[in-house]
Amino acid sequence: MIHSLFLINASGDIFLEKHWKSVVSRSVCDYFFEAQERASEAENVPPVISTPHHYLLSVYRHKIFFVAVIQTEVPPLFVIEFLHRVVDTFQDYFGVCSEVMIKDNVVVVYEVLEEMLDNGFPLATESNILKELIKPPTILRTVVNTITGSTNVGDQLPTGQLSVVPWRRTGVKYTNNEAYFDVIEEIDAIIDKSGSTITAEIQGVIDACVKLTGMPDLTLSFMNPRLLDDVSFHPCVRFKRWESERILSFIPPDGNFRLLSYHVSAQNLVAIPVYVKHNINFRDSSSLGRFEITVGPKQTMGKTVEGVMVTSQMPKGVLNMSLTPSQGTHIFDPVTKLLTWDVGKINPQKLPSLKGSMNLQAGTSKPDENPTINLQFKIQQLAISGLKVNRLDMYGEKYKPFKGIKYMTKAGKFQVRT
Amino acid sequence: MAASPAYGEEKGGSSSLGEPEYGHDPASGGIFASDYKRHDDLKEMLDSNKDSLKLEAMKRIVAMIARGKNASDLFPAVVKNVACKNIEVKKLVYVYLVRYAEEQQDLALLSISTFQRGLKDPNQLIRASALRVLSSIRVPIIVPIMMLAIKEAASDMSPYVRKTAAHAIPKLYSLDSDQKDQLIEVIEKLLADKTTLVAGSVVMAFEEVCPERIDLIHKNYRKLCNLLIDVEEWGQVVIINMLTRYARTQFLSPNQNESLLEESAEKAFYGSEEEDTKDAKAEAASLAKRKPYVMDPDHRLLLRNTKPLLQSRNAAVVMAVAQLYFHLAPKAEVGVIAKALVRLLRSHSEVQYVVLQNVATMSIKRRGMFEPYLKSFYIRSTDPTQIKILKLEVLTNLANETNISTILREFQTYIRSMDKDFVAATIQAIGRCATNIGKVRDTCLNGLVQLLSNRDELVVAESVVVIKKLLQMQPAQHSEIIKHMAKLTDNIQVPMARASILWLIGEYCEHVPKIAPDVLRKMAKSFTNEEDIVKLQVINLAAKLYLTNSKQSKLLTQYVLNLAKYDQNYDIRDRARFIRQLIVPTEKSGALNKYAKKLFLAQKPAPILESSFKDRDHFQLGSLSHLLNAKAVGYQELPDWPDEAPDPSVRNVEVPEWTKCTSREKRKDKVEKPFYSDSEGESGPTESADSEPESDSEESGSSSSSGTSSSSSEEEDEEEEEGGSEEQSEDKEGEEEEEEKRKKKKEKGGPRKASPRSVGSEEEEEAEGKKVKKAAGPQGKKGHAESSSEEASASESSSSGSDSGTEAPTVVEAKRRKIPSSKAGPKEISLLDLDDFTPPPPQPVPSSSIISTSLVTDLEGLTLTDTSLAPALLSPAFGAVRTYELLHRMAGEGLSVEYCFSRRPFPGDPHMVAVQIQISNNTDAEVKSLRVSEPKLLAGMRIQEFPEIESLAPGDTASVVMGIDFCDSTQAANFQLCTHTRHFYVSIQPPVGELMAPVFMSENEFRKEQGKLTGMSEITEKLTLPEKCRSDHAIVQQVTSAANVGRVPCGADNEYRFAAKTVTSGSLVLITLEWREGAAAQLTVNSEKMVIGTMLVKDIIQALAQ
Repeated sequence: MIHSLFLINASGDIFLEKHWKSVVSRSVCDYFFEAQERASEAENVPPVISTPHHYLLSVYRHKIFFVAVIQTEVPPLFVIEFLHRVVDTFQDYFGVCSEVMIKDNVVVVYEVLEEMLDNGFPLATESNILKELIKPPTILRTVVNTITGSTNVGDQLPTGQLSVVPWRRTGVKYTNNEAYFDVIEEIDAIIDKSGSTITAEIQGVIDACVKLTGMPDLTLSFMNPRLLDDVSFHPCVRFKRWESERILSFIPPDGNFRLLSYHVSAQNLVAIPVYVKHNINFRDSSSLGRFEITVGPKQTMGKTVEGVMVTSQMPKGVLNMSLTPSQGTHIFDPVTKLLTWDVGKINPQKLPSLKGSMNLQAGTSKPDENPTINLQFKIQQLAISGLKVNRLDMYGEKYKPFKGIKYMTKAGKFQVRT
Repeated sequence: MAASPAYGEEKGGSSSLGEPEYGHDPASGGIFASDYKRHDDLKEMLDSNKDSLKLEAMKRIVAMIARGKNASDLFPAVVKNVACKNIEVKKLVYVYLVRYAEEQQDLALLSISTFQRGLKDPNQLIRASALRVLSSIRVPIIVPIMMLAIKEAASDMSPYVRKTAAHAIPKLYSLDSDQKDQLIEVIEKLLADKTTLVAGSVVMAFEEVCPERIDLIHKNYRKLCNLLIDVEEWGQVVIINMLTRYARTQFLSPNQNESLLEESAEKAFYGSEEEDTKDAKAEAASLAKRKPYVMDPDHRLLLRNTKPLLQSRNAAVVMAVAQLYFHLAPKAEVGVIAKALVRLLRSHSEVQYVVLQNVATMSIKRRGMFEPYLKSFYIRSTDPTQIKILKLEVLTNLANETNISTILREFQTYIRSMDKDFVAATIQAIGRCATNIGKVRDTCLNGLVQLLSNRDELVVAESVVVIKKLLQMQPAQHSEIIKHMAKLTDNIQVPMARASILWLIGEYCEHVPKIAPDVLRKMAKSFTNEEDIVKLQVINLAAKLYLTNSKQSKLLTQYVLNLAKYDQNYDIRDRARFIRQLIVPTEKSGALNKYAKKLFLAQKPAPILESSFKDRDHFQLGSLSHLLNAKAVGYQELPDWPDEAPDPSVRNVEVPEWTKCTSREKRKDKVEKPFYSDSEGESGPTESADSEPESDSEESGSSSSSGTSSSSSEEEDEEEEEGGSEEQSEDKEGEEEEEEKRKKKKEKGGPRKASPRSVGSEEEEEAEGKKVKKAAGPQGKKGHAESSSEEASASESSSSGSDSGTEAPTVVEAKRRKIPSSKAGPKEISLLDLDDFTPPPPQPVPSSSIISTSLVTDLEGLTLTDTSLAPALLSPAFGAVRTYELLHRMAGEGLSVEYCFSRRPFPGDPHMVAVQIQISNNTDAEVKSLRVSEPKLLAGMRIQEFPEIESLAPGDTASVVMGIDFCDSTQAANFQLCTHTRHFYVSIQPPVGELMAPVFMSENEFRKEQGKLTGMSEITEKLTLPEKCRSDHAIVQQVTSAANVGRVPCGADNEYRFAAKTVTSGSLVLITLEWREGAAAQLTVNSEKMVIGTMLVKDIIQALAQ
């Protein structure tokens, strides 16, 4: 399946290579560089490139290209999904996944990659198992290792791979037993010029952080499970139980994991918590344009909208912008033409606005399109769909765990066309 | 590549003991000196005694490998450390070895012995890792060693080691493809493995080594389907893809009937020629058949078991299921995948890219599927261009008369985008919408015409091209637009657009006879100021006008040609000269002149505007080949559906009866016995093989099932063989061999009841005696039937009892025997030694049970060919069944017919009761064309007749199976039994106990279910047990003979519980028998179906009272 993996940084250096079968010369990456050149931006590099003898499948994350080399037919998503899993694992291990971090921990990276694939076929991809096999580096452990000469490699053999719950390590012990669940909902929306909603949907996830001793068996039930239209589960969730009773029943992995992601059924009208008033004008005659936007809350169920951030990609013809915000800070990058306005909290009494003028390139005609406005925001303690967790129970262990549930609503891909 | 501390492995100097050291840069002078002893320090460190130094050295070496630096000269120093005690050093040495062994084969051999030692280690993880490294070293010399190691590991007791063995198979195959045959044997063996851990890896090996050997899958098909949900996600992808191909070869197309109606309707609207031809083929095929389509239950099983995986978090799994549904499911069911695919669009852009490609292909064939999700494909300005273009493709495919206005409004926004490639794609998309949907053609055209005034050249060019294409389709109707475009020549300055307009006017000058010369006049005026491409088109226009309308345009043409003659551009001068010669007749111009009109105004074919994703679905969706639209190396073609379904019986794995029932119908009631699986029967063995101590009740349950399932495979073919021979020799019995066979058969019939009890050995002797009697006597007398069923269970339990003592030696013995006997034929084994060890007892010692299962699977493999050849005829499961008379000899004029309820699920329809019918011809003439006709049934009842018997020789007996759906009532099924001469009216009335099939549940589940069925649904009756019915097994015996129920384990001593489900409606029937002091007892039956409950109580009491 996967023959080799090359990691390539933004400047085109191959800074790590790993081969699971015979060695494939790194010159194969030349085809990739060619494709990269053809695509103006990094996201536009096609994920699948065919070369005379190999196929290159790549993902682009954290400014690094992860290029897998394969030789024979294999479902492309199989490879792509795996590469993303690799990135997630690195992130899990080192906190961030950057070139520097990978270079600093090259041995751990190599060991992890060795365990994740055998002969190109995924072997251990669960982070719980990997961490048992190879301990993630921490500052303390690095110090201890240099002094005592002990190692990152786990000295007990991992048993997780052999158990019926392959995602959970065995012998977990905590003094404080706690289980936290975050219900995070994202609103994806496209709002048209006049402010009416073209499309809006709610996607949600439940991220969990479970630190419980032993082998707890948890059940989580909702007040209104009907809201969930389409769900995808962590493998630990018992599907049949969900089918029949709409209850999430599972033996959780240890640590952080995504329990569930869901989509709220389309029948429910989506409440749009913010609105944007905009007035963006390019005038044909003069080289000045007017720019004015105001952000305000709407349908927020009495909660405050925080962390509001407005970004907008200005047309190429805009040379500079002179704007004054009523609150927050703004930056316009004249090279990328990206306007960013960090608004912060919205005060319903005094709506934040950003006003000013744009300098257009003289001599060129006015741009065809007004820029679209991308919005980010957060609302704490609210799941916009109205989803509510009913209760969380634990079986199989004696102690009383501390349980916590948090709700949050965020903007996903929230776009306002102007 | 600046040397950071962690990276500084390339330093010279010899005293660096772990701490970073700077100052020696190989690039600056002294390269040769440092190169020469470049790795001396590393070698020294590797030779030292300290683990920490070795580790440091290995880390540096691995960092070198990671950066792609050559470290091969360190090989001798590194390989020495392969036996190092420190685990991390060892691991890093492995990494090094795997990387360089291929280059240094001789030295690599030094390490082999270490791995060979590792293969024998008591710890399974060490065995596994030794095998993993050994197989990863690509040194051809060690192929035999690898082969041996793989074979050994394939029968290892640890599933993890077996998994590693499966992984090693493709490695060995890529090293030496001559080993294929041997490897296939190993694959075959591992395919039979019942653990989820192994399943994914072995299918992967199968796909790489022998994807064409589809026959290996037959026996494992149902198991794979059932295990699927518990397999790890990567394995799921591989298995699903393989099963898709498998299903395409084994089942009939579920859409063969519909294709006729649906597609012809659709075709009228949007079909293009290619589709038509395909449809025509499908039509022809379905017309030829006209048989009502019934989906193979195995086909259904696959669809049902993959569906929950749409909820997987792994995009690859979701995609795999989606393609499976797309290729295999009936049209009506394919829709379920849309939601999941749309969900994937939220994922990373690479995932989106692949998913959208597949959605684009699907949306051509199944537009309706994605229509509800239209808005999910709306484009955001932040999407990467390649995603935008794919979304556009999908939107265009989804466009139809109802949604076109929304889509066009959306397109209007896109046209103003800053991303010009995307705008160009949008214009093309509009063009496609306009061609597909006649209603909006004019709107689209008008919109496009407006775009001609766009400032962006690309937009204009693209619009003109699209307009040109649209006009080419129906030029006559659009003279208005051509006129409009002619007017635009005054305003539009973009040369490309002007050129395109001129071409259009020239091409269709006959439709605008008045305007065309005028345009030419204007252009002639401004000729000198035009761009070159426009000039060329002016010349073209002039030429075409000259040919069609020479009267008006002769002078103008000459003028233009004269202007062109002196143009600065030689291309234009040449063109002018060439055209003048061609169109203006002179003495010299010759023959070509006559054809000038044909040359210039030939009918030009209208370009076809269709999706580039059309017909991509001949590649398996989700595959790399589909994405590239070209066959990738190693791509396995997705076969077309067969016209005739291959024999479905090849998949019969002869699992005990109850397993089939539970896995097919009763899954819902039994949640989470094996971990998360819903496939109780099959994954029971999973656990037993897992060498993990289970809770007691489960252990015994699963091990007994593994025993029975493995034993039953031999039983089946044996029975089938007997099926024929037995009846023939029914009367002239007495031969010893026959007797022997019979005994075996009954012994194996026992486990079907799956109620292991321990019984003394005297009883066995007693049973032995009866058996002989039974064998000698005529069949079918009631008393005998009962006693023989008693024997069955007795002998079963005794055989398992004797086993536990002598198990290990038997296994070894059997293994030894296996080799010669495989030549002698599988039948021999099953007759002689198998019964000694087939039902492995609940053994707490893991090793022996695993050896025995793997052995049993071996034997299963051996019997494979036999069974697949035998017809799917089912003979009664065991001697315990009562036989009823259907047609008496006298009434039937010499033809006598008897029937019994075989208590097996009827193949093909789980709602039918299987009725085994035995027809003997006692006349002295041949009876021909025996068949069932004119069934007279109550509403709801159904009959599946047996296939017509061509002829039955005098004295012969035939046995057939028919299925009757009694609708959970004891009403008789009346029908006629026809021969070539006579019709006999017969009827089959089922005893109430035969209307159900056993269900297996735990005590808790039983209680839970019972709790739900109280009040009206509960019937209680007191009874006294007669003397002979006061032993445990006698009671169980009597109850199970009266009704087809399964025993439920029970904690209390004097209580017996049984459970079953009615065959048609699947409602539960729960039986509790409480035995009080002495003879008193109380019988409780809980069932929704009160009538059945009451009758059942009566029947059971009668059975017990006898």
